[in-house]
Amino acid sequence: MASTVGFLLVGILWVIGSQSRVAIGLYGLPFLFTSAWPPVEGTPTVGIWPMLSGTLVSSLLALLIAIPIGVGSAIFLSENFLPKSLRSSLSLLIELLAAIPSVVYGLWGFAFLVPLLLGPQQWLYDHFNWLPIFSEPPQGPGMIPAVLVLVIMVLPIITSISKDALLQVPDELRQAAYGLGCTRWSVIFQVLLPAAISGIVGGIMLALGRAMGETMAVTLICGNSQQYTPSILAPANTIASLIANEFAEADGLQIEALMYAALVLMLSTLVVNMLAQLIVRRLRLRY
Amino acid sequence: MISAAPNPSQRPAPDLTYRPTLWRNVANQLLSGLATLFCLAALSPLFLVLLFVFQKGSALLSLRLFLEIPPVAGDSGGGIGSAIAGTILLLLVASAIAIPVGVLAGTYLSEFSTNGRIAQIIRFGSAVLSGVPSIILGVFVYGLVVVTKVFLGATFSALAGGLALAVLMLPTIITTTDETLKLVPNELRLASLGLGASKMVTTFRVVLPAALSGIITGVSLAIARAAGETAPLLFTALFTSFWPDGLLQPVGSMAVLIYKFATAPYQAQNDLAWAASFILVILVLLANVAARLAVGRLKS
Repeated sequence: MASTVGFLLVGILWVIGSQSRVAIGLYGLPFLFTSAWPPVEGTPTVGIWPMLSGTLVSSLLALLIAIPIGVGSAIFLSENFLPKSLRSSLSLLIELLAAIPSVVYGLWGFAFLVPLLLGPQQWLYDHFNWLPIFSEPPQGPGMIPAVLVLVIMVLPIITSISKDALLQVPDELRQAAYGLGCTRWSVIFQVLLPAAISGIVGGIMLALGRAMGETMAVTLICGNSQQYTPSILAPANTIASLIANEFAEADGLQIEALMYAALVLMLSTLVVNMLAQLIVRRLRLRY
Repeated sequence: MISAAPNPSQRPAPDLTYRPTLWRNVANQLLSGLATLFCLAALSPLFLVLLFVFQKGSALLSLRLFLEIPPVAGDSGGGIGSAIAGTILLLLVASAIAIPVGVLAGTYLSEFSTNGRIAQIIRFGSAVLSGVPSIILGVFVYGLVVVTKVFLGATFSALAGGLALAVLMLPTIITTTDETLKLVPNELRLASLGLGASKMVTTFRVVLPAALSGIITGVSLAIARAAGETAPLLFTALFTSFWPDGLLQPVGSMAVLIYKFATAPYQAQNDLAWAASFILVILVLLANVAARLAVGRLKS
């Protein structure tokens, strides 16, 4: 029974790989870096660059915001800022954030975040449209609301894993540092964070994998554009959203191309997740 | 002996009072304030989302919500009874597959593997599998079941959707079973073996019952997560507004209903999406809080 896990992982790669064989043969590696979608019978250039770059930009931007907030909250919840009972109930609330279904975040983002963010985005466009990343007018759904929802969704991962790593640091280290006359935050920056860094980095990698593969929330609010643009105000797209949007209605060559896109997503999240697990396991604290 | 060291008695006596204007103390206060702010920022979305969902979703709560099917486009009224039934059907199929496989796999890891390389690899694989994007699981089951029509020629079906959800639930069940079984005191196993029971009898009559509440917790968390998953169902179970019609037909679900109706141009459908979100969120929160309480009791 236990080997099911192995069969499943290999099976997923095999099924997706074999179904995208034709597309891989047809389009090769330029598929990743070409902006030409949807695939049309007979055209040799098809590519998912807008979606691939959208996936990378949205997950990296989300991490950029989520790392300080997440690690900061982890410090706040693992050190003695608050009484213990309050700390554990706040931790429970953070974990509940991870339990809310992603499609509910999507619905909320669509009804609340998108209208809320339109004004600030318009202001950015009005004043800074000479910058390439603000070069297109906002239309409502787009990269920025998607990034914010991703931040909300990966925060609990970063917070709870970093918190566990910080709690594993033995108390003797804290006491020794305090005894040398360190302030609370020099203990945190010079002793605790370096000691727990492997757990924190592992948590961040897991969050990256989650952000890259997140589908429903992003699909509902990213705008699902098929053009590449460097602007983060404009509608965007990700590989996962592309699959969610088009798979059910696709046929023939488009299915093959979507399978190829799924293979790209699967392989990249697989690499990120395996690295994350290795970092968490191999570099575990040993005291 | 270092001759250059100054004589301590010649230095001015150190000031032992706390000086709040010192740079290190100011920085300390500022950083503490920042950490508090970050924690509040991290928690605020939870309250915003819950507020929105409760406010918009509870307005539609009534008996007909559970008994009727969604209205056709443009019509008003209706309910999400068929989607609730579909979700339950999908979860039953998924549980029937994932619970036996997951519990047995976790039992193997904790009780029968000799902690060698194989168990290590399986634990690693289970962790990696839980990180696979859920939409990929949908594509996988589509390629495995829907295209090949292995289930009596059925294409999009409740069975396919349940299978996708089962793959999603599996890693959670394996991990929690594995970890709860490790918490069972070794004396129980030794006592059972000492009475002459075989390894099998010990595991299934002594160890598993002792860990039952923990395993149930893990299973209910996995079910709660699967109930809210949309991506694996999009092209396996598909969606229909009508009541479920057996395992081999497409079936609606609350999660896919939210996705389909969220952006629909009709107010009645938007309202139903919020109502479905409300029910899902309540279910998920209840399962999670109950699970935490149970785990807390188990550990103490």
